This record gives sequence, C-alpha cells and structure tokens, in this order.
Amino acid sequence: MEDFKVSGSSLTIHLPAEVDHHNAEELKNTADRLMQENNVRCIIFDFEKTVFMDSSGIGMIMGRYKNLRFMGGVVMAVRVNERMRRILTMSGIYKVMDIYEDIPFELK
Amino acid sequence: MGSSMDTEKSAENEMKLEFDSRSCNEGFARVAVSAFMTQLNPTLEEVADVKTALSEAVTNAIIHGYEGRVEKIVIRCRIVEQTILVEVEDHGVGIADVAKAMEPLFTTKEDCERAGMGFSFMEAFMDTVQVDSAPGKGTRVTMTKKILHTENRYER
Ligand SMILES: Nc1ncnc2c1ncn2[C@@H]1O[C@H](COP(=O)(O)OP(=O)(O)OP(=O)(O)O)[C@@H](O)[C@H]1O
Ligand SMILES: [Mg+2]
Repeated sequence: MEDFKVSGSSLTIHLPAEVDHHNAEELKNTADRLMQENNVRCIIFDFEKTVFMDSSGIGMIMGRYKNLRFMGGVVMAVRVNERMRRILTMSGIYKVMDIYEDIPFELK
Repeated sequence: MGSSMDTEKSAENEMKLEFDSRSCNEGFARVAVSAFMTQLNPTLEEVADVKTALSEAVTNAIIHGYEGRVEKIVIRCRIVEQTILVEVEDHGVGIADVAKAMEPLFTTKEDCERAGMGFSFMEAFMDTVQVDSAPGKGTRVTMTKKILHTENRYER
C-alpha cells in the first residue's frame, strides 16, 4: 500500500505503526514536498496501522496544520484508536482537527 | 506456573542499556524496556504508558542533550515488587532551569516543530518523574510506575 496518496487537493498520509522522532522527520519531508507539488488543501492522517505515537508525532501534525492554515486548509485524523485519541486529546490538537474512529462518510 | 511465579514476583531485577544517540535506536529502546517489564504482567495500556514516557526521555537526550551529536545514552531499569523504575541519562548540554523546562508547551526548539509536550507526557503516563540536570554536565530523568495489572494482560 502507498503511504502517501494525493487525490485532487487532498493528501492522505497512511501513518506507520509507530510515529516517533525517527520517522516523523521523514514523514514531514515527504508531506511538505507533496503539499507543494499538488496545491494540497486538506491533509488526512490515517491512523489505521498506528499503535504508538509520542510528542514528535504531535509536532509533525501541528507543523503540517500550521503550513495549511494560512491557505484556509484543514487537517483531520481518521481510524483513530482509543490510545491514539488519548494522545491527540492530551496534546490539545483536537481543537484544530477533527478526529474520527473510522473513515467519515464524505471521504469514502 | 503459580508458585515459581510468586517467588520471582517479589525479587528485584535490574538491567542497563547503553547505546548511540541515533534516532534509529529509539524504537529499539522502547522494545527492550517493554520486554523487560513483561515480567510484571502489565496491561497493554501500562506497557504503552512506559513506552511513551521512555520515548520522550530518549528523544530529548538525542535532540536537546546531544543536539544531534552521536554520543552515549544510558537506560537503567529496576523492578522492585510491582514498581518499575526507568532512568534515562545523557552527558549533553544539561538544563539550566528544570522547573521551566517541565512546564507544558515550553520548548527551546520551536523552529524544529517541537510541541513542548515531552515532560507533560512523562508526567501523565508515569507515577513520578524526577529530573536531575546541570548545564554542561548532562541530564538524568528518573521515572517510576506501579504496575497494577488488573485486566487485559499482555500476552506472553
Ligand atoms: N536531555 C535534555 N537535555 C537538555 N535539555 C533538555 C533535555 N530534555 C529536555 N530539555 C529541555 O526541556 C525542554 C522541554 O522538553 P519537552 O520534552 O517537554 O519538550 P520538547 O522536547 O521541546 O518538545 P516535544 O517533546 O513536544 O517534542 C526542551 O525544549 C529542552 O530545552
Ligand atoms: Mg521532548
């Protein structure tokens, strides 16, 4: 499966099992390149495979949100399990992004 | 099963791990510590809590302590009864004001997209977090957590 998928002005990032400092750096670089090349307005972080994330992942998501915000873009998190929801909630990031347990109807 | 487990449970057990401050070792450190703590019969949630706290301390040693230089990080773990103690030590730049550093959202690396959440996560997921640090000498983070292992046991 592709980890990054662009469709129209949406970028879906299928996050790995563990999002830490080590792989957040790589995710950042690829995401920023694709955002530039494709005029992205919406980023969907897909947590389907993700069982671990720490503050480096929060920083990575927050950074992408800041880059999009100026252009009126949005970020969202889908297929978020209980643990990841807790991490996202504790970080306060839920205030700027919608979080879904599954894939919301309009994205299917 | 029952009786030999019980004698092991009350014993102390220790381990020490030294590795290069490369980001590729973060995952290795998490796996090593979570494998060590399985003898306490933790829940998946408890394992995830310790992994997250450990990951924060190790990442801090790499990016703040050594500022990307490759040097040594030492992790010590000790199990006493039902409590796990995890210590992460670097000999990097150290922290001048520990109280300030531990405030939620405080970061000295905002330009690198740090959220300033590391210490908050450590405090949220562990029972105690203690930071000993001196500028120019290094930092030692000592955390403890009592493993209550009530349900949803870690499969072995
Ligand atoms: N091992 C260390 N050596 C030197 N300074 C440290 C160390 N650990 C933490 N600090 C200092 O404490 C600050 C706060 O740490 P904390 O982990 O809470 O946030 P952060 O690392 O900046 O961001 P995040 O953890 O969200 O990515 C850091 O910005 C840094 O200045
Ligand atoms: Mg940190």
